[in-house]
Amino acid sequence: MDKRDLLLEIGCEEIPARFVQDAIRQLGERMANWLTAHRISYSDIQTFATSRRLTVWVRQVAESQEDVYEEVRGPAERIAKTPDGKWSKAAEGFARKQGVSVEQLELREVKGEVYVFANRHVPGNRTTDELIKGIHEIIAGINFPKTMRWGSDKTRFIRPIRWLVCLFGEEIVPITFAHVRASNISYGHRFLGNKTSIASADQYVDALRQQYVIVDVDERRQLILDQLRQLEEKHNWKIPVDAGLLEEVVFLVEYPTALYGSFSKEFLKLPKEVLITTMREHQRYFPVETKDGELLPYFVTVRNGDDHGIETVAKGNEKVLRARLSDARFFYEEDLKLPIDQAVEKLDRIVFQEDLGTMGDRVRRIHSLALQLGNQLQWDPSRLEKLDRAASICKFDLATQMVGEFSELEGYMGQVYALRHGEDKEVAEAVYEHHLPRSAGDRVPQGSLGTILALADKIDTIVGSFGVGIQPTGSQDPYGLRRRAAGIVQILLQEKWSAVSLTQLIQLALDRLEKEGLLKIEREKVEKEVSQFFALRLKAVMQEQDIRYDVIDAILSADLADLYLAVSKAQVLMEQLERESFKLEVEGFTRTANLAKKAKEVHLHRQELQEPAERDLLQAYDEASEQFNKAREQRDPLMMYQAIAHMVPQIHHFFDHVMVMVEDERVRNNRLALLKEITELVRQYAAFEHIVFAS
Amino acid sequence: MELQQMIIQLQNYWSKQGCIIAQPYDVEKGAGTLNPMTFLRALGPEPWKVAYVEPSRRPADGRYGDNPNRLYQHHQFQVILKPAPDNIQDIYLGSLQALGIDPLKHDIRFVEDNWENPTFGAAGLGWEVWVDGMEITQFTYFQQVGGLETNPVSVELTYGLERLALYIQDKENVYDLTWIDDVKYGDIFFQQEYEHSKYTFEVSDVKLLFHLFDAYEKEAMRALDEQLVFPAYDYILKCSHTFNLLDARGAISVTERTGYIGRVRHLARQCAKAYVEQREKLGFPLLKQREEDHNG
Repeated sequence: MDKRDLLLEIGCEEIPARFVQDAIRQLGERMANWLTAHRISYSDIQTFATSRRLTVWVRQVAESQEDVYEEVRGPAERIAKTPDGKWSKAAEGFARKQGVSVEQLELREVKGEVYVFANRHVPGNRTTDELIKGIHEIIAGINFPKTMRWGSDKTRFIRPIRWLVCLFGEEIVPITFAHVRASNISYGHRFLGNKTSIASADQYVDALRQQYVIVDVDERRQLILDQLRQLEEKHNWKIPVDAGLLEEVVFLVEYPTALYGSFSKEFLKLPKEVLITTMREHQRYFPVETKDGELLPYFVTVRNGDDHGIETVAKGNEKVLRARLSDARFFYEEDLKLPIDQAVEKLDRIVFQEDLGTMGDRVRRIHSLALQLGNQLQWDPSRLEKLDRAASICKFDLATQMVGEFSELEGYMGQVYALRHGEDKEVAEAVYEHHLPRSAGDRVPQGSLGTILALADKIDTIVGSFGVGIQPTGSQDPYGLRRRAAGIVQILLQEKWSAVSLTQLIQLALDRLEKEGLLKIEREKVEKEVSQFFALRLKAVMQEQDIRYDVIDAILSADLADLYLAVSKAQVLMEQLERESFKLEVEGFTRTANLAKKAKEVHLHRQELQEPAERDLLQAYDEASEQFNKAREQRDPLMMYQAIAHMVPQIHHFFDHVMVMVEDERVRNNRLALLKEITELVRQYAAFEHIVFAS
Repeated sequence: MELQQMIIQLQNYWSKQGCIIAQPYDVEKGAGTLNPMTFLRALGPEPWKVAYVEPSRRPADGRYGDNPNRLYQHHQFQVILKPAPDNIQDIYLGSLQALGIDPLKHDIRFVEDNWENPTFGAAGLGWEVWVDGMEITQFTYFQQVGGLETNPVSVELTYGLERLALYIQDKENVYDLTWIDDVKYGDIFFQQEYEHSKYTFEVSDVKLLFHLFDAYEKEAMRALDEQLVFPAYDYILKCSHTFNLLDARGAISVTERTGYIGRVRHLARQCAKAYVEQREKLGFPLLKQREEDHNG
């Protein structure tokens, strides 16, 4: 069958840079899925995108759909045949409906009944006809976080669609979407280019290049990087490239030309991050440094166009930056006039969350949690004093103008201002560090003050939010609760902080919120939901360590107070899986646990255990308990496991020689009680019934 | 180009595009969007094209005439086209050329910016337009006004005149801008800026303002009960400005704030609904007129 290339370009008004990458991925996937679902073969798919177009190029697309041969079951033979063996009206009707003659009908038995079958042949439609019908499904199905309507049309898209190019080989496919009809005319750069007709898909990239549009995303990115490198070489600079900013710039311009400008050295007195953030967030500029990483009074911007009037563009940008930096300097100087304690008072005027009060309320909760933790860790009075101060001021920078302008500088400005106001170095550092980790790969706080504050801050937000019914759903997590929970897990997984128990952290937060009447949902329910929420985060951590899913389940069903120990226990189990006798041990634990379930309100009367096998088991249990507790105190997971594994021979011996479910209720209950106690001990390690062995 | 010349150029340009050139509305407001020529006319199915200069008051931005950029009152040049023409971006770029900005010699970009005024139940999607890194226009497709979905969608273009003039005249300080001939911006507005700032932050009678807010609100409701949309809307604007004055003074606590905003929002929604009902009762006269034009 003949094959042709398919080209679809959706021409838009400027699509927000942050959405383009994902939109183009979706368009490619949707096209591929649609072709496959419609039995249209193709060889491969490539996508292009700029701020004004989303394009997909499919190579070697079949002229038409593949034919379909399908077998359709009709009526049973007793209905399809008349008593004299001829085809009935029903059979004739069925054949007609399936487009075959009665002679082509076949008889076959299915589950004891003979039926009539028709072999239907559905010839494939022309690809272009299918496209005209299917285009709406392909384009309208692209998901954007925010869509809009324009003009009088009801269609929603990220921004207005102004043209469509759809070519199959050299033929225009007259698709229509949002009242726009496809042609072979595309549009070049807004100012440097013109409209241009595209002969066929393979001409697309070059035709647009002639109109000053670089449609290939990677090529455009590389062009920008090359231009940055040229500037670096020419001026002996280093231009640190923020990946997110580069990605945004790639989708802000269709024809990139990097240029630089300068600003007054006076501004270099501002904290470095303030300068970088002002340039990045307001203007999408790259900062410029010396080879040694010292910030220079220059910036690099990437213009959408060529070098026409480039001095004017540079001069204009310098002027804008001057105003922006003057603002930043104004904020900085004003902020320094605000004493920290006054800033803290202002927090009572900033709402955190309607049901959870102001930032001031939140700081008081964090303060109380942090001090309880400090006390419990038996910190000396001088450390506690620092913790007290750090907790009291940890959010003060929220009341500063700089953080009001750039929320991403929260914490950083806090540390800068705290130092300028003569706060203790560690205290100032904690104001920054308690926000850590900010994302999945980020570092945890290094200082102890920052660590305790980070735990208190995050747990208050998580438990507080759950307590008023705010939980992450699907991709929605406006309060960053998942990130915060993952942060707590990351902190507690460090051995040096394993003395802080997650369970206790949750309880402390619940106590405080309950005392303030901020729990809108029943305490027990919140506690359960929060624990499950953390279990999921812990699960993710273990999955990353390639711990088997059944081992994860076994560990998550056991005691989770100590996260560090939980993960270490899982690692030990992964090692045990290698040992042959492990299966026997798991069977012993599982058998015990299964019988123990039958134990109701029973109490162990040790002296009433008379059979030698049960006396031996009791003794093994006592020894195991003692060993286990010792091992747990030393937080040695291997020794903990060995302690319980030590009982296994006696467990099997017991089951071989002792009948548990005997008539005598007292004897029976006493044996069940013994098994229950053993199970409770084993459960402190893991719920072994989850472990699966390949048979 | 002098500021006065810029205004004349823009008026001429948009007049040629078929806009009514309206005059500023005489009730205090925070943005040109709140002029009834925009807020109300963007509602319902009737076509509408208008352009006007709007002096916009933002009490909290008052700086006693000290700040080179921030003002108690600045000027917006506002354009509304309903429905939004398909080639609106090109038409808009034409207006920049009318101001002497040659797109080939500058870097002009449309950078995502979604606009929202929750108090007036209004929201739109669009961009801020940058010339060489400077934001000169807010370009918005209204999606919702007064809590009602817009249909058809209007496009709103808001030029910040002072900012644009700073760029065109290559000045650093708004007070140094030339309005016309040897008249500077500062000659006209400095004293006004200073006095309004002083009034807003130091002198305003908070008790009176609270009382006025209540009184304006009551009167807006009464007018709405009488189906008088335009008078009601004037009082809603007064409520909004009074709230802004109180807020700038720091007289409204965090917890009260939501309540006051909610009261204005409620009125704005009622008014938007009433406006559409009124126009419907009148048979959407502008819609008919257009059909007649087409048929004639």
